[in-house]
Amino acid sequence: MKHTIQALVENRFGVLARVASLFSARGYNIDSLAVGETQDPTISCMTIVVDAPDERILEQIKKQLNKLIDVITVVDFTRKEYIDRELLLVKVLKKDSKYIERLTKEYPIKIIEEKEDFFILEVCADRHQIEDILRELRRIGIKELVRTGRIAISK
Amino acid sequence: MGKKLKGAQILVEALLKEKVEFLFGYPGGAVLPIFDFLYEAPIKFILTRHEQAAAHAADGYARSTGKVGVCIATSGPGATNLTTGITTAYMDSVPIIAITGQVRTSLIGNDAFQEADVTGITRSITKHNYLVKNVEDLARVVKEAFYLSLSGRPGPILIDLPVDVQLQATEFNYPESIHIRSYRPTYYGHPGQIKKASKAIKEAKRPVIIAGGGVIISSAHRELREFAEKINTPVTTTLMGLGAFPAEHPLYLGMPGMHGTVYANMAITESDLLIAVGCRFDDRVTGKLEAFAPEAKIIHIDIDPTSISKNIKVDIPIVGDAKNVLGELIEVIKDIPNTSLWLKRIEEYKKKYPLKYVKKGSKRIKPQYVVEEIYTQTKGEAIIATEVGQNQMWAAQFYKFNYPRRFLSSGGLGTMGYGFPASIGAQVGNPDRIVFDVAGDGSIQMNIQELATVSTYNIPVKIAILNNNYLGMVRQWQELFYKRRYSATHLNNPDFVKVAEGYGVRGMRVTKERDVKKAIKEAIKYKGPFLIDFWIEEEENVFPMVPAGEAINRMIGGMA
Repeated sequence: MKHTIQALVENRFGVLARVASLFSARGYNIDSLAVGETQDPTISCMTIVVDAPDERILEQIKKQLNKLIDVITVVDFTRKEYIDRELLLVKVLKKDSKYIERLTKEYPIKIIEEKEDFFILEVCADRHQIEDILRELRRIGIKELVRTGRIAISK
Repeated sequence: MGKKLKGAQILVEALLKEKVEFLFGYPGGAVLPIFDFLYEAPIKFILTRHEQAAAHAADGYARSTGKVGVCIATSGPGATNLTTGITTAYMDSVPIIAITGQVRTSLIGNDAFQEADVTGITRSITKHNYLVKNVEDLARVVKEAFYLSLSGRPGPILIDLPVDVQLQATEFNYPESIHIRSYRPTYYGHPGQIKKASKAIKEAKRPVIIAGGGVIISSAHRELREFAEKINTPVTTTLMGLGAFPAEHPLYLGMPGMHGTVYANMAITESDLLIAVGCRFDDRVTGKLEAFAPEAKIIHIDIDPTSISKNIKVDIPIVGDAKNVLGELIEVIKDIPNTSLWLKRIEEYKKKYPLKYVKKGSKRIKPQYVVEEIYTQTKGEAIIATEVGQNQMWAAQFYKFNYPRRFLSSGGLGTMGYGFPASIGAQVGNPDRIVFDVAGDGSIQMNIQELATVSTYNIPVKIAILNNNYLGMVRQWQELFYKRRYSATHLNNPDFVKVAEGYGVRGMRVTKERDVKKAIKEAIKYKGPFLIDFWIEEEENVFPMVPAGEAINRMIGGMA
């Protein structure tokens, strides 16, 4: 099961490496990781999406994160009310312009560039919608896809 | 404005503020400014002959005194040589500080001469590490390092100090206090959990206490004894916990696990309540997890939340310092379980399956006898360091540890070559105590160059090599599980007596059982380092033994 974990950390060099090596040393894979400054410039927020096979491993991950000296707090959003977003930039083939335009009405998708044979789309959506959108776009043909990783905020 | 000091001097002054008496290390290009200030500083510098030994010596000093041990090495190879020692300390929660030189900041990342990414390399083997890029940060970093090293679950801290930062000058203000907002260890147990634990204790019929190194680290040995006596519950101590409970106490069960006593393992297997204090359920203790204490409810007291429910599912976790939590439990517990039948059953196991070895019919010396004799002659008061393997297990089984901080051994990492340098650190920290390194002929050669160190400073450690011309523990596994195919385990050894003498250390060879007593007596009497090469039974095994991955009540060699 995928879990969204948020860690507030000291905004210093080396902290990202500590967090990343904590996962790699135990063979846990990080699905996505988004890092940025918070309202307090001395604190960074890391939003980590991780696939934990069971509760015990999830608990270990959270406890190990907390154990890092530079980690201030760890919040697991799994059983909390929260809003999440991810930003995608996608190049899709210009096969069916009408269909793409219809998608922009149904989903939070913007066409930000139109080239001769492809569109560049901007998608900003939550984790459920992103799955649906990607399914649709794959049907048209994705030329290139980049994504930021999920960020989240509690309600 | 106060006087400006160079970074190197700030470091030395900060060490003095922390009351550092000994520094173990090795000089080199990237630490020259520091060594220049050490030249006149009132810190006793011990020059080891390999950086790994410096880290182990700092570790032995820390384990035996409870104070922070400090070691220093140059950049690149100096630092990488420390890493085995740092990992050893990390695995056993030992407070050491490693100071490493680094190439100057403008060269970092350029593959400069003797450059290594030391904070990168040591990230997963330290509790925390620092690369100091600005001399203004140095005093605070040292203060934090000492605080972090010793507080909470202790561990090694590394400070990587570029050579140009050592030469930059700033005002020296050593912080009085520190505040690390992200670091708040839990020292007291949660009252609700304590209550739950006391209820479980009251209802128990077959309780067992399993105490680990955490009891020694938190100096909770008196509380442990009071607690065990109050609830009339037998105590087993892990390898790291040896000395946390008096070995000669009637409630003592010896060590559990792979080379533990039959009665400790039987008690755990049959228990209905396991009270774990400061131990982390290492696989060498638990054996097959599904068969470990299958009927028991488990209370786990530990300062490190990550240790709880890591290997074993815990019913009543109590995060806190062992000393405080045991104190809280002693106070809260009013109803005491009736354990008289249970203790009687354990007494029967003790009688039926004692820890023993076959003495008769052997031409060569029995290693267990050597350990027993060291115990007798030191009246159980010595500090015993061990290497890793059979020597370590025989020392653990046959020396009765009645006091904490007397058994120094690499438990978690299992580092061969640990014992001799650790005994150096222990001896300088405890000048009035007898210090023995119980070694194997394989392990001793992993840091044998330290004979030069003990010779130079006349550090009077005694080295007892249990020499069987084998890497004994590996050979034992080959005998038992690989059809006696002794692949790469037979050792063609040097003449250890001559080696010792070459370094200016007294050496002696003992090949007959009747000479063991006399040799140990002479070594103890001698005011200086002393090496004894005991020629022991070549294919002696450590028994009893739980084969790897087996249930701990299925022991071989000891239940017959």
